[in-house]
Amino acid sequence: MAQPLEKQQAKPHLAEEWVGRIYTLLCIAFLILTIVSIVYFVASKGLSTFFVNHVNVIDLLTGLKWAPDGEPAVFGALPFIFGSFSTSLLAAAIAAPLGFCASVFMVEIAPGFGRKYLQPVIELLAGIPSVVYGFVGLSVVVPFFRDVFPGQGVGIAAGAVVLSIMILPTITTIATDALAALPKGLKEGSFALGATRWQTIYRIVLPTTLPALMTGIVLGIARAFGEALAVQMVIGNAPHIPRSLFESASTLTSAITLSMGNTAMGSVANNALWSLALILMMMTFVFVFIVRWLERRSKL
Amino acid sequence: MKKTALLLMVMVLTVVLAACGQNNNNSGGASSPAPESSAPASTTPASESPAAELSGSLLATGSSALLPLVEQASKKFMDGNKGVSIQVQAGGSGTGLTQVSEGQSDIGNSDVFAEEKLDADKAAELVDHQVAVVGMAAVVHPEVGVDNLTKQQLVDIFTGKVTNWKDLGGSDQKIQIINRPSSSGTRATFEKYALGQKSEDLQGSIQEDSSGTVRKLVGETPGAIGYLALSYLDESIKVLKYEGVEATVDNVANGTYPVWAYEHMYTKGEPSELAKAFLDFMLSDEIQNADVVELGYIPASQMQVKRDVNGTITK
Amino acid sequence: MSAKTANKIATGVIVSVAGLIVLVLAGLLGFILVRGLGHISFDFLTSAPETIRRGGGIGPQLFNSVFLLVLTMIITIPLGLGAGIYMSEYAPANKVTNSIRLVVEVLSSVPSIIVGLFGLLVLVNLFGFGFSLFAGALALTVFNLPLMVRITEQGLRGVPREQKEASLALGLSKWKTITSVMLPIAMPVILTGTILAAGRVFGEAAALLFTAGMSSPRLDFTDWNPFSPFSPLNPFRPAETLAVHIWKINSEGLAPDAKEIAAGASAVLVIAVLLFNFGARWLGRYLHRKFTAIK
Repeated sequence: MAQPLEKQQAKPHLAEEWVGRIYTLLCIAFLILTIVSIVYFVASKGLSTFFVNHVNVIDLLTGLKWAPDGEPAVFGALPFIFGSFSTSLLAAAIAAPLGFCASVFMVEIAPGFGRKYLQPVIELLAGIPSVVYGFVGLSVVVPFFRDVFPGQGVGIAAGAVVLSIMILPTITTIATDALAALPKGLKEGSFALGATRWQTIYRIVLPTTLPALMTGIVLGIARAFGEALAVQMVIGNAPHIPRSLFESASTLTSAITLSMGNTAMGSVANNALWSLALILMMMTFVFVFIVRWLERRSKL
Repeated sequence: MKKTALLLMVMVLTVVLAACGQNNNNSGGASSPAPESSAPASTTPASESPAAELSGSLLATGSSALLPLVEQASKKFMDGNKGVSIQVQAGGSGTGLTQVSEGQSDIGNSDVFAEEKLDADKAAELVDHQVAVVGMAAVVHPEVGVDNLTKQQLVDIFTGKVTNWKDLGGSDQKIQIINRPSSSGTRATFEKYALGQKSEDLQGSIQEDSSGTVRKLVGETPGAIGYLALSYLDESIKVLKYEGVEATVDNVANGTYPVWAYEHMYTKGEPSELAKAFLDFMLSDEIQNADVVELGYIPASQMQVKRDVNGTITK
Repeated sequence: MSAKTANKIATGVIVSVAGLIVLVLAGLLGFILVRGLGHISFDFLTSAPETIRRGGGIGPQLFNSVFLLVLTMIITIPLGLGAGIYMSEYAPANKVTNSIRLVVEVLSSVPSIIVGLFGLLVLVNLFGFGFSLFAGALALTVFNLPLMVRITEQGLRGVPREQKEASLALGLSKWKTITSVMLPIAMPVILTGTILAAGRVFGEAAALLFTAGMSSPRLDFTDWNPFSPFSPLNPFRPAETLAVHIWKINSEGLAPDAKEIAAGASAVLVIAVLLFNFGARWLGRYLHRKFTAIK
């Protein structure tokens, strides 16, 4: 009697199990399908500039002049690439020390107080929508820069400041996790040897968690690189490499946002914008790979 | 947990089924391949009689300069025809032309002639309806100290030859150009009719696509110069005369002020019944003499000169 | 400089930086709320926007934001849960899984404007959904999915192994273990994370500019037929959300009170985000107490 009973009881379990497996597998398949199609579509549109319109790849990547409506039409995307990199790197340069200080505060100096007050503050900053940041940037940061520094107020500096506040939560969260994961023994040993807290942080904690911190910084840079709306409002959008931090500049994202609606799909100008999007997407891959590489290194 | 998952899946299924039903039912003009079917066959006899019930939906996309007018007119039209739903979107003249050409929208709003953005064969399929005229003026920061600019002076500014207002008789301020992106229809109009040539994107110029931002920047940045449609002018900025002619509706109408452009509403082929009714409404006195003027445009009928795509003027 | 002095200075710097960050947030919130709160009224929250006249409101946009959020969550939660369960429970530790992880990471880093462009190309044009809530919801799903996967994985990882093993030892199938034993335990974490993700989705604009569109048709709130073009429930109508509306007003505001409307709308958006954040925290604490309370 035991045999048939077992079989009976096994059947619904098996069916359940299969339902579960297939369902979750389908979900993952959808995910993969999504990313593949994004890459495919953006790439096909972006590459058509080179294959259909016969624009030279090297010219696009290194050219200094962007004039899709000029005669002849010139497509040099270097100003945008330069703009994207400078704003992101500058934003990270501002946000990294700030984020590091915040996470040290939360983990080392005042854990209770920090967790209770600073943590929610950081999460709130992360939740504020980017349009609001852009709006505040245009209303507060740009006039401030215009009055205080020589220049137009808009430009890479304004973009970097706005972006730095936007990526601060990213860097802080990752830094906090890294610091909290440090084995206590390390710090206690240092204190036992008579080091002050700052010495411990500076000589032991920082070097040990450096890979994780780098990961956070790179992710912050990636986020800043991809930000569109907030940057477009404060950067000025001149398709040139600026001569100062306070001169109108352009990034890949701001160029796309600015002109996508004005161009007709299928025209050269439109395809060129898709090429910019392609460059943007490729950079995303590069950032992800860098992060992975860093993580692998830290495991050693 | 299972019940919740089941419930969620049922809801998802319902939405998906609604989606399929939707695509057949065709309430959004964009979801149907053929623009003609945006007005269901079940409606209206001859559209001559205004009392006939119109129903269906229209999608008009494109120029943001034309948006306020079309939106306002559509509201009035919908008030008079309860069964009609008209959606108006911005997105830029280029998007508008592409979408009407590809059949995703019923009407494409554009600041420029179709031939200027689309390939010749695609543009040939579109039918132009010129619903209004928009005038454009050069605007500056109030403290610049200049009232009038000649064509040559404007060219000098926008090509970077002149960099300080004092060289033009104004205050000692660096000229800050607030331009549009090179693909903008507004810029194309300004360059064609005010400058007479294309201007390059100069180092240090600021580019913004939207008129609101341009107005804000011109009003706040000392030494700034930009250009706006007449409907956007207000007290925060100073309007300049062009070649001594003031930018007013009358001057545009009689042809003395040359910086203007038609506002086009394109349809692919002849418009459908509903679209035609709406376009006729746009051209009717009710809209032309009220909303068009109220919003700062100029009625097409008021124009005493005409201009074609090549710029030739006929009286 | 002695080590002690260096320590004091460093501590001072760090504390002041932390204080600076709090000040920045306070200033940010204060700026928005002060400028905008005065403009918010019931009328503002329910009436339709005006193109060139005063007195426009954000009613349809607010509704669109909420409705879009609901639609997106309906699609994302089952998908995200499923994918997360797969990644944490069913995936064998091999190269394929590694590449899937890579895919998820890449998807979470894709800039939202690219998602929006992709939506324009595929959902609006290719599939012909047009500018619609549906296209917007799908675009936001793409954006939100990696987050949900990560949240689910995190939640499931927090379940004590003993619970899982005990359940399996008792003869329950793996799927049943997951659904009846592990998920309920992971629920507080997953729920908190989902609400925070919802807050992010609520404020998203770049992905929606080209998919849900920048206009909203005249909505008849008494019409609940999802097939009618006037019904607010119709998922195939263009639906400008609050964030997109702020963008639009800031760019093209023709109404004389455009500045106030933008400020008011920003304030509403920020308050909504605050509510999401606090709600998530509170819910997480409440559930945690319920599940781990000494019963």
